[in-house]
Amino acid sequence: MLYDTSPLALAIFAAFVGGVIGLSFYLGRKGQSAQAYYAAHGEVHWFVNGIAFAGDYLSAASFLGICGMIAFHGYDGFLYSIGFLAGWIVALFVIAEPIKALGRFTFADALDSRFNSRGIKLAVAISTLVVSVFYLIPQMVGAGDLIVPLLGLPHWAGVVLVGVAVTLIVVTAGMVSTTWVQFIKGSLLVFFCGVLAVLILDRGLTVNAGRPGAENLAPQTRTITRDGTVLVDGLPQSRDHDLRPVGTISRLPDRYAGKTATGPLRPLEYLAALEDSTIVTWAPTKRADEAGVHTTYAPVERKGVDLLKPGGYFKGLTTGKLADRLDFASLMLALFCGTASLPHILIRYYTVKDAAAARKSTVVGIAAIGAFYVLTLYLGLGAMTSGALDPTSSNMAAPLLAKSFSTTLFAIISAIAFTTVLGTVSGLIMAGSGAVAHDLVENVLGVQMTDHEKVRCGKLAAVGLGIVAMALGILFRSFNVSFLVGWAFNIAASANLPALVMLLFWPRTTKQGIVAAVTVGMVASLAWILLSADTYEKVYGLSRDLSVVPFSQPGLVTIPLGFFVLVGVSLLSPAPPPSSHRGRGPR
Amino acid sequence: MKPPQHSSAGGRRLGLALFWVYVALYAGFMAVVLFRPDLLSLRPFGGVNLAIAYGMGLIAAAFGLSLLSLLFRADH
Repeated sequence: MLYDTSPLALAIFAAFVGGVIGLSFYLGRKGQSAQAYYAAHGEVHWFVNGIAFAGDYLSAASFLGICGMIAFHGYDGFLYSIGFLAGWIVALFVIAEPIKALGRFTFADALDSRFNSRGIKLAVAISTLVVSVFYLIPQMVGAGDLIVPLLGLPHWAGVVLVGVAVTLIVVTAGMVSTTWVQFIKGSLLVFFCGVLAVLILDRGLTVNAGRPGAENLAPQTRTITRDGTVLVDGLPQSRDHDLRPVGTISRLPDRYAGKTATGPLRPLEYLAALEDSTIVTWAPTKRADEAGVHTTYAPVERKGVDLLKPGGYFKGLTTGKLADRLDFASLMLALFCGTASLPHILIRYYTVKDAAAARKSTVVGIAAIGAFYVLTLYLGLGAMTSGALDPTSSNMAAPLLAKSFSTTLFAIISAIAFTTVLGTVSGLIMAGSGAVAHDLVENVLGVQMTDHEKVRCGKLAAVGLGIVAMALGILFRSFNVSFLVGWAFNIAASANLPALVMLLFWPRTTKQGIVAAVTVGMVASLAWILLSADTYEKVYGLSRDLSVVPFSQPGLVTIPLGFFVLVGVSLLSPAPPPSSHRGRGPR
Repeated sequence: MKPPQHSSAGGRRLGLALFWVYVALYAGFMAVVLFRPDLLSLRPFGGVNLAIAYGMGLIAAAFGLSLLSLLFRADH
């Protein structure tokens, strides 16, 4: 669909970015030590850090991806929410306090705290970079998706805009400015999602919301010709001849017989009414011929009861095939184990003063993130029935839902969605910057640097990572963002979690075991992903049948593999001296 | 580097106990989704089906357990 550009959205976003960059320059003027650049002096208040956790974690995948998945496929998007939040339990009860106690600037600091091993630093730095890059891709793709309706600019312009803004934020004041951008973004995101949810409940459910008339249920075809021209139902796409927005209710529950709208509903009442309604969703079918690629979107009437249970997106849950079920179980395991293994989340524990503050900030983070995920269920379902969905883009569901209320709200939500990308990308660039400058250059290569040089090296690394992020965001533009985040969680959980957990709970863990577990976990999960049916189809454009692994998500195999490798290699290598774990780890 | 700081042994044990409670809840949910998806259509709570009730329950449980742990440790 073509969108009208929104000067108000641009103004709000420009004000936010301008304010944050101004704040960053102000904070950066004070002069910086490495402790300030990488860990914000370790003096961030636990409440601010907790909300910053939410700002760091609630990425484009959470906001745009999950809303879109619920709007297009129903309940299955909520499964991502459940898995994403569950991972925080691992972070709180297993990881938070030890990681604060053991580390200084980076995740590698914590894993290497007993051993002073170059091998560990190298393996963990590479793992940090790989995970950060995989997480960066969907954020940058989301930025590009948003720039189109916001400014009417091409996708790549959004990617470049975010890349430049984030790089500026990070290089001016490092973790200090990153913390504040995440705090502000986290607060705005949860607040305005709450506002949207209230509006959804107040509006209730309406038959054919905004799309009256049988002609709006006619199939519509979008063609991309060989020369790149876009046709809609055979004619060139224009503002006067465009795809119609979709997503409506065709029938309300019997208890609303004779009515076309329910009026305001309470939260549980809304879900119950939707479950008893009939909803029109739109399914695409693709074909290609000499004229180009044709995608036809046709209406499908579905019972609410079917949309509000698993199986809409994860088709394997309804086919009964073992491989499909294992694929789903593997994803949910990776989401559960992955959160506490994400380097950009872990480094936030270094910004508070002690273990108690780490714990408290995690609880605040869980509260904010949990509230957000409950709200996204309403946002997704609200979008599904708003009559405002773009059938070609699930990632635009939340902003277009806001547009169904008012263009002002659309501008605000679009601007917040854009800042969502800023907050997460700045955290990822910080994690990557620490991995390059602190772990690789200083600790692995042994380059001696003054405090000032350490900061400068970190900033140079941030600039380099910013450029890489922009390039990848443009390259991977056609991907669904949630799908890509699943990759990052799988790699993080497979490479990092076994080493971290065993270091904390098994005194016989050796440096050889950690290096082997991180390396094998990372390589195995990456190889599995690259050989999976999803990648064959969506990346290589080949048949799924050519894949050589039984299911696409690797976590179910590669996370246990990391544990087995660590135990095996540790038992085969000399035991660490008793002093190496004295005073460390939980008792 | 600052010396390692850990909470009391009792606090850590409670934390791990709460962790396993949540693991059981999460595993239970996964088991229902994978092996008895028919149960998820049951509507035991105010017209809301089990799929949504259990999912929201997991989110609420995460917050409840984390708060419990915080309150307990504050007592120590």
